Amino acid sequence: MAGAESQDLLQTPLHDTHIAWGGRMVGFAGYAMPVQYKGIVDEHNHTRNQASLFDVSHMGQVAVKGADHDTTARALESLMPGDLVGLKPGEMRYTLLLNDNGGIEDDLIVTRPSEAGTDGTLLIVFNAGRKDHDVSILREKLGDKLEIETYFDSKALLALQGPKAKDVLSRYCDLPQKLSFMNAAAATIDGIDVYVSRAGYTGEDGFELSVANENAAKLAESLVSNDEVEPAGLGARDSLRLEAGLCLYGHDMDDQRDPISAGLIFAIGKGRRVEGGFPGASKIQKLIADGVAEKRVGILFEGRMPVREGADIVDENGTPIGKVTSGTFGPTIGSPVAFAYVPAEKAKIGTELTAIVRGKPAKGTVTKLPFTPANYVRL
Amino acid sequence: MSDTKYTEDHEYIRVEGNQGTVGITDYAQGQLGDVVFVDVPEVGAKFSKGDEVAVVESVKAASEIYAPVSGTVVAVNESLADEPGLVNSDPVVNGWFFKIEIDDAGELEGLLDENAYKAHID
Repeated sequence: MAGAESQDLLQTPLHDTHIAWGGRMVGFAGYAMPVQYKGIVDEHNHTRNQASLFDVSHMGQVAVKGADHDTTARALESLMPGDLVGLKPGEMRYTLLLNDNGGIEDDLIVTRPSEAGTDGTLLIVFNAGRKDHDVSILREKLGDKLEIETYFDSKALLALQGPKAKDVLSRYCDLPQKLSFMNAAAATIDGIDVYVSRAGYTGEDGFELSVANENAAKLAESLVSNDEVEPAGLGARDSLRLEAGLCLYGHDMDDQRDPISAGLIFAIGKGRRVEGGFPGASKIQKLIADGVAEKRVGILFEGRMPVREGADIVDENGTPIGKVTSGTFGPTIGSPVAFAYVPAEKAKIGTELTAIVRGKPAKGTVTKLPFTPANYVRL
Repeated sequence: MSDTKYTEDHEYIRVEGNQGTVGITDYAQGQLGDVVFVDVPEVGAKFSKGDEVAVVESVKAASEIYAPVSGTVVAVNESLADEPGLVNSDPVVNGWFFKIEIDDAGELEGLLDENAYKAHID
């Protein structure tokens, strides 16, 4: 049980706020981040039932700018398989940064802002651990076409997540009545300029709020002053996203893993699956046509023993046939849940699988994702 | 008459005669957070001091529990199968993990007494 070695870690603008709230700080992707405040299970359940505030300022916020929407979107589409040209003003899309082998360099969200004067601008949020790498790729491949601006040291990102998030945010602005899931707009909250998106990483309705560093603590404290809102840490974020069926980069996929076996075909635009024009397109098109050798599945296990990353999935002879990439005890579902890569013929819903934990078998069943129902709000 | 000793890894052993009841301290449960599963040893299993003998799992992580002394497991806490949260709510009385028949009482001398343990966690 090592403590937080905070010396060489970066701090988000909410660092002092986390300490004041009793956050237990740990190193994550080079940042000192709160893994929990009162406790992971409490924070997990509070997010499912009320609303929680997460600091996700470690994530990489970037703006790319070109002459007009078509120019910028087409440039990004040369690296990403999502339909970005087709984004309407105010819409967001989950997609991937791919390499020439069709491997996943990162997963990310692209937003097309709708505000006046933003034509040709797309906003991107990258994973914390990949943001420097991703920006170097953008600069190398697109630096001559697009202006690339990072907000790593200037903007914070807060996530207000849970069924009461809309009620809370409605006290500050009217966006909960206007924004549908995966849409974004600018707002003023307590006199602070905030860019609000209806998105998150918990499976619940919720909002992500991009805000200048100097206003982040004030905004966070104001949101947490609402009766429904408690702070929540990375521990709950992980158990929530697992139950919600959402991948974690570096665990459930990486630069060796293609989007099809990862179950992320939805991150590839329908037209683009046919037309290609993104890195690794021919390889990925072949996987779509011919099928993949192994697939990421959700597994619900019997009993209570968590089955974690690295556990082998074995056949009836005990021979390893697959591997768990994320797993924990799901507080809402009340069972151990995991993602694993298994041979495609073992990936059907209802297939019984066995994992080995400390030499003991754990019996599980391939289960439709998400494990818990998604409660996204589409207006 | 019982006497409780502690390891630097935050296990306690409550000694009565030649048996010891082993669990984790209140400090340790607070550090772990919500316990969701305890992998207890089998009755009859023999361990040497320092062997990994049990695993306690929170949502976040699995943590190994080491045998504070050498001996043979004579009982395990069956209540933890359905109520692992006892480790959090009542680590010392009802949240114990297993009872061990102590091979060599001399090994207890190398463990921390209550004052030394308190100093260790400060």
